[in-house]
Amino acid sequence: MTVEGTAGQPGAPSVEVEALTRTFGDFTAVDAITFRVEPGEVFGFLGANGAGKTTAIRMLTGLLAPTSGRARVAGHDIEHRAEHVKRRIGYMSQRFSLYEDLTVEENVQLYAGIYGLSDQEIEERTHELLSRLDMEARGRRLVASLPLGWRQKLAFSVALVHRPAIVFLDEPTGGVDPITRRQFWEMIYEAAARGTTVFVTTHYMDEAEYCDRVSVMVDGRIAALGTPAELKEEFGASSIEEVFVRLARPEGVA
Amino acid sequence: MRSPAAGSPPAVDVMGVSHGFAGKPALQEVTVRIEPGEIFGFLGPDGAGKTTLFRILTTLIAADAGEARVLCLDVKRDLWELRRRLGYMPGRFSLYPDLTVAENLEFFATAFGTRVEDQYDVIAPIYRHIEPFKDRPAGALSGGMKQKLALSCALVHRPAILILDEPTTGVDAVSRREFWDLLGELRAGGLTIVVSTPYMDEADRCDRVALIQRGRLLAVDRPGAMVQSFPLPVVEVRGPDRYGLLQGLRKSPHAHSVFPFGESLHFVDRREGIEAGAAAADLAAFAEARGLPLVSAEPGEAGIEDLFIFLMGDAEAVSA
Repeated sequence: MTVEGTAGQPGAPSVEVEALTRTFGDFTAVDAITFRVEPGEVFGFLGANGAGKTTAIRMLTGLLAPTSGRARVAGHDIEHRAEHVKRRIGYMSQRFSLYEDLTVEENVQLYAGIYGLSDQEIEERTHELLSRLDMEARGRRLVASLPLGWRQKLAFSVALVHRPAIVFLDEPTGGVDPITRRQFWEMIYEAAARGTTVFVTTHYMDEAEYCDRVSVMVDGRIAALGTPAELKEEFGASSIEEVFVRLARPEGVA
Repeated sequence: MRSPAAGSPPAVDVMGVSHGFAGKPALQEVTVRIEPGEIFGFLGPDGAGKTTLFRILTTLIAADAGEARVLCLDVKRDLWELRRRLGYMPGRFSLYPDLTVAENLEFFATAFGTRVEDQYDVIAPIYRHIEPFKDRPAGALSGGMKQKLALSCALVHRPAILILDEPTTGVDAVSRREFWDLLGELRAGGLTIVVSTPYMDEADRCDRVALIQRGRLLAVDRPGAMVQSFPLPVVEVRGPDRYGLLQGLRKSPHAHSVFPFGESLHFVDRREGIEAGAAAADLAAFAEARGLPLVSAEPGEAGIEDLFIFLMGDAEAVSA
């Protein structure tokens, strides 16, 4: 059964997942996970490689149908209203989502157009985005010519150009220098302060501490969920890395 | 400068190496010596020049300028001899995905004129973890297993030095720890290991590290000595509103830099030579005057990332 959208209802969770499951043959990649993410929250989605994070994110972004269970993202059922979900979310992957042989402006315009913004909105938001990034002078430059850190910040801004309710960031800070990594997190805080929900994966355990709440997936299940302080207390650990290592250390095989 | 084996020649000797691509400098006058038997790490972000340097050391590209010797062999003149003696694991997965685990290993052994059975003792510490899956196509392995297979293939000809380009990039924190444990085992066997990584927290697993940014080495030292060289007082600050605190503390007249570090903020005081305790007290007073709620402000210790940020700032100021 599907419920009509609660999109736009104040206070409704941004992500509401109930017993969400996905199997591939006899392998259960995501095993009945249940959790909620509130609007404006920065939610860290942690787990070892192969724990099921990517499969879960593909379901939450409407790209993969669940085997059972259900989820609502930005008020829409991910299975029955996947197209609505896609319009209300932003996504940025580890390896960016920008076209290197288009200019900065062209990239912004392309994505804004794909999300169905009007010509006037596209012009306004392109201008606003470039000014916020302090990149007005670079609007006509090819993305390929920008330093990595700039590209990453631009990719994040482009993922927000249609003002999504929630943005999914899949290892957004891989490979950047320590200053850019932190500047990127400041952009995350700003977006959250404006009300955007941020759903982020990372292999940097110090970044897990920057999240309002984190979950740790192990073998398809959510093995722990709470604020960084709660998890450290629960596991008697001094850092999230310690919590992670205890939960995720695979038993037996490599 | 430490000299672990006084008089023994370095395992790697890089002298003024520069290289560019299409007019853009990728490496600028890099000079560094790596001693036999150490784990030496190059720490830096993407685009810093790590891969270019490693490709020069493994004879895959010839540097525009400067000289480099690996195992006392010149990387340009003696490349054929050197290729037989070094083990290299490139950053990208470089195995044959449709060959099985065992076939990949056989292939690399044969290419180097040897047999897996004859070298089993060398690869065993790594290979035994994936041997149960030896009939599986390499393309169907998990990330961690692919990494172990690639390492086994790089070891199968019994190299005297192992050069690993970002072996832990994109790998989760637990698998990274396990991989470093394996490198520790190999080092205990006497192997020299040169490794690059974008994860600064891996510095502690190396005997010595070089910080690399924009084609230049910012510093080379033991990780412990490196953080001790941090010249400014560091205050570790905690508060309920991290973002507000970050913004507010940057306005302090004494702020050199303020950045989040895990659950706290590191406030680096620009006043060289003052006690960290005094810096912490001044900061607490500043926060109170500005109405910024604090949980604590205590003398803190700089880490490798603090130093990298500090040196990067300097380098950027110089290049600006």
